[in-house]
Amino acid sequence: MSKMTMEQLAEIKLSNAQIAWRAAQDIEDGAYVNLGIGFPEMVAKFQPEGREAIFHTENGVLGFGEAPAAGEEDWDLINAGKKAITLKPGSAFFHHADSFAMVRGGHLDVAILGAYQVAENGDLANWSTGRGGVPAVGGAMDLVHGAKRVAVLTDHVTKKGDPKLVASCTMPLTGVGCVTRIYTSLAVVDVEAGRFVLREKLPVITMENLQALTGAELTTNGPVGDLIAPDL
Amino acid sequence: MDKQVATLAEAVAGIPDGASVMIGGFGGSGAPIELIHALIDSGARDLTVVNNNAGNGHVGLAALIEQKRVKKLICSFPRSADPRVFTEMYLAGEIELELVPQGTLAERIRAGGAGIPAFYTPTSYGTELAAGKPTAEFDGKPYVQERWLKADYALIKAELGDAMGNLSYRMAARNFNPLMATAATHTIAQVSRVVPLGGIDPEQVVTPGIFVNSVVAVAEPAQEEALNRAEAVYP
Repeated sequence: MSKMTMEQLAEIKLSNAQIAWRAAQDIEDGAYVNLGIGFPEMVAKFQPEGREAIFHTENGVLGFGEAPAAGEEDWDLINAGKKAITLKPGSAFFHHADSFAMVRGGHLDVAILGAYQVAENGDLANWSTGRGGVPAVGGAMDLVHGAKRVAVLTDHVTKKGDPKLVASCTMPLTGVGCVTRIYTSLAVVDVEAGRFVLREKLPVITMENLQALTGAELTTNGPVGDLIAPDL
Repeated sequence: MDKQVATLAEAVAGIPDGASVMIGGFGGSGAPIELIHALIDSGARDLTVVNNNAGNGHVGLAALIEQKRVKKLICSFPRSADPRVFTEMYLAGEIELELVPQGTLAERIRAGGAGIPAFYTPTSYGTELAAGKPTAEFDGKPYVQERWLKADYALIKAELGDAMGNLSYRMAARNFNPLMATAATHTIAQVSRVVPLGGIDPEQVVTPGIFVNSVVAVAEPAQEEALNRAEAVYP
C-alpha cells in the first residue's frame, strides 16, 4: 500500500466549491435547507437547473436570496453569518423561538455544516477545538438535531494530513450520532448503523489509499460510484 | 393608558446596579443601540446581560462591556467581526460567560415568558454544554433538561409602537426581541415610529402591549454595522 503525499492529494482533491457543488446535487426541488456559516453557504450557488430550495437562516428568515450589491445592504436583513441578504418572493420573517421550532421540530429537510471531525457512529465535532480561547457555539448544536438529513462538508483530512473521518471524535462534540452523510474532498460517505459506508470516491484514488486517509473502516454496501465534479 | 416615555434617559432610569437585562438583537440587526447607550450613560453596573452575541466594535453592547458594566454575559456566540472588547476581558477573567446554544437560549427565554420553568431538548445532549444537567429519554431518544430564563429588564427594538405598547418589527430585526419582551419584569421598547392606537392593524401586532411597559421613540435608529464602518466609539 503506497501512502499518498499531501502534494499528491492536493493535485487530485476536490476544491471547496466542488464539494459544495456535489452536495447541492442531492437537494430536491422545494426542500427546506439550512446552510452553516462559511463553506456550506457555497451550496446555494450550485442548485441544479430547474430546482429551487428554500433557504432558512436561524435569525428568522425563510426564502432568502443572494447578497445585495455593495451599497444596497439593509442591515435589518442579514443571515446567521451577519451578512446582508435579499428576499425572494414568498419569503417569511419569524422570531427566534419559531426559527428553532423549525430546526428541532423536524421541519427542515437538510442541514449542511462544516466539521473538525466526524465519527463512524455519526458524532460530530465542529464548534470547538478544545484549545481554549473564547468558546462560541451559535446554532450548531441545535441544527444537528431535527433536520431530516444532516450533511457535513469537509476536507477528507486536516492540513497536517490527519483523518477527519474518525473512529471516535477527540474534539468536543457538537452532537451525538447526528450526521447522515459526509461530502469530502475525496469521497461521499454515509453513516449507517454506526459504520462509514462509501458511496462515491474520486476515480483516481484507490480504495487502499482512501482507507489509509480515513480513521475508521470504510465499508461498502452496494456499488461505489465515481465522484466527478465540474471544474469550478 | 400611555406607556410612552419622553426620553431614553427616563426610559432606563430605574435600572439598578446588579440588574439582569435582556438585550434584543442578533448581531446589529434589531439591537437597541440607543437604549444601550442610555444604559451606559445611566451608570448602572454589575449587570447580567442576555444577548445572542457579545458586541461588535466599540458601540452598543460592546461599549457597555468596554465600560465594565457587565458582570456576566449569557449568550450563544461571543464572536463578531471585531470581538476584541469581549475577548480581552474574558481572557483576563474580568467577565463571566454562560454559553448557551442559540435555539436553547431562545427557548429558555420563551419558557421564561410563558411560565414554563423547565423543558427537555435534544440540543447539547452528550456535549460539554450539557454537563451537570438532568437528562431523560422520551420515545427512546435522549434529551437534556433546560431551565427558563427571565430578567428584571428587557431592552428591545421595534419598528412601530403605540401608546399601549403594541409592537411590530422590521425584517430580520425581529429575532430575540418578541421573546425577551415576554420574559422580563419590565420591558422597554425603542421604536422607530409611534403610531396612534389602531395604527398597527391588530392582525399585524407581533408583540401585544401586555408584554411592554415603556415605549420610547427613536426615529432613524443607528445600525451597529454602519457605526462600525464609520469606526464609531461610544461614549
